[in-house]
Amino acid sequence: MWRGERHVLKGVSVALRPTQLLHVSGPNGTGKTTLLRVICGLLRPEQGKVAWRGQSISSIRNEYQATLAYASHEPALKGDLTALENLRFAVGLKRRVTDLELRGSLERTGAAACADLPARVLSAGQRRRVAMARVLAMNASLWLLDEPYTNLDAAGALQITGLLQSHVDQGGMGLVVAHQDLPGRDVRRLELAE
Amino acid sequence: MNVGTWEALILVVRRELCLSFRRPDQLLQPLVFFLIVTTLFPLGLNLQLSLLRDMAPGVLWVAALLSSLLSLDALFKSDADDGTLEQLALCGQGLTLIVVAKTFAHWLVTGVALVLVSPLVGMALEIPSGAFATMMLSLGFGTLTLSWLGAIGAGLTVGLKRGNVLLSLIVLPLAMPLLIFGAGATDRAISGAGAAGALYFLAALCVLTCTLAPFAASMAVRITLE
Repeated sequence: MWRGERHVLKGVSVALRPTQLLHVSGPNGTGKTTLLRVICGLLRPEQGKVAWRGQSISSIRNEYQATLAYASHEPALKGDLTALENLRFAVGLKRRVTDLELRGSLERTGAAACADLPARVLSAGQRRRVAMARVLAMNASLWLLDEPYTNLDAAGALQITGLLQSHVDQGGMGLVVAHQDLPGRDVRRLELAE
Repeated sequence: MNVGTWEALILVVRRELCLSFRRPDQLLQPLVFFLIVTTLFPLGLNLQLSLLRDMAPGVLWVAALLSSLLSLDALFKSDADDGTLEQLALCGQGLTLIVVAKTFAHWLVTGVALVLVSPLVGMALEIPSGAFATMMLSLGFGTLTLSWLGAIGAGLTVGLKRGNVLLSLIVLPLAMPLLIFGAGATDRAISGAGAAGALYFLAALCVLTCTLAPFAASMAVRITLE
């Protein structure tokens, strides 16, 4: 992939199985976010392909995207909507979900108190927790997380680690860009170099 | 349980309406612009009623086009800026559905509002009440078509910092047939001649853009997201 003048992700090949986490790391500008965007189908690779269960994602785009949850480095919340409304509109497009389930997800990420507050009044850490609650509520088998620990306090980071652990324990898989170690027995590492 | 297409469409329309009503300033801005511009003309022409009546269709349509343009810039930009456009693109429902729902919601809060206040403007511009039905129908077709043309322009310019200027340059030339036939239909209704021909043409343009523009606009958004 070319990002401006920079050639990134040259010769990168990764495979992911259920219960497995792929920990992507590397210096800034080496294409970590680009890799996530290619894998979720927002970017088309100039060469090579991304396949889901043996089929190219370009031929099963909607089906594939319904099975993934992507959390970019921005929390992607509408400031004028409450945390609960943000989740209702985002998760509601993937699956039928009740407010009770959404509140449950917010509780598991430690953001239950933010449920009825407009997202614009939340702190960066609270917004990150709400974004993780969205990932959790989607019930997706593939998690693509870009710097999920950013802006979180120690308790928040522990909660994210616990969520990742329980996701892989339940047969899920994830690709996580992070600068700290990930939980789980089956963690593969991909170090992107300049 | 998976979400059906209609269910998803309604959910996105609800989201857009909810966001619009949370920001009443953005909702009212095009409407107030439309009302102010059209009421400035009677004041400026100093009671020359025959001149005002002759100019009324053109004034009405130019004001409607410009006020619709005011809100088009934000159609995708706000979602692109806060990252929610990516989330919508990855919802598994297809980007075309998202574009259809967002554009329809945009028309509901701008186009329909313009149509509903147009009789007030018509009175200020000395348009006879017998021509109101044709005027409103033509504005209904026109504003919907303009929302679709605007969706293509907004999709192409969403990644640009000062995209609203480029958006106007893309959309206004495409909107010329709307202005000609929309103002023509209102003019013919005022003079008592049949406006059916112009209305049919506007309806045809509306059907054409409703059919093709969703694909063009979603492709434009997809390219911008890349």
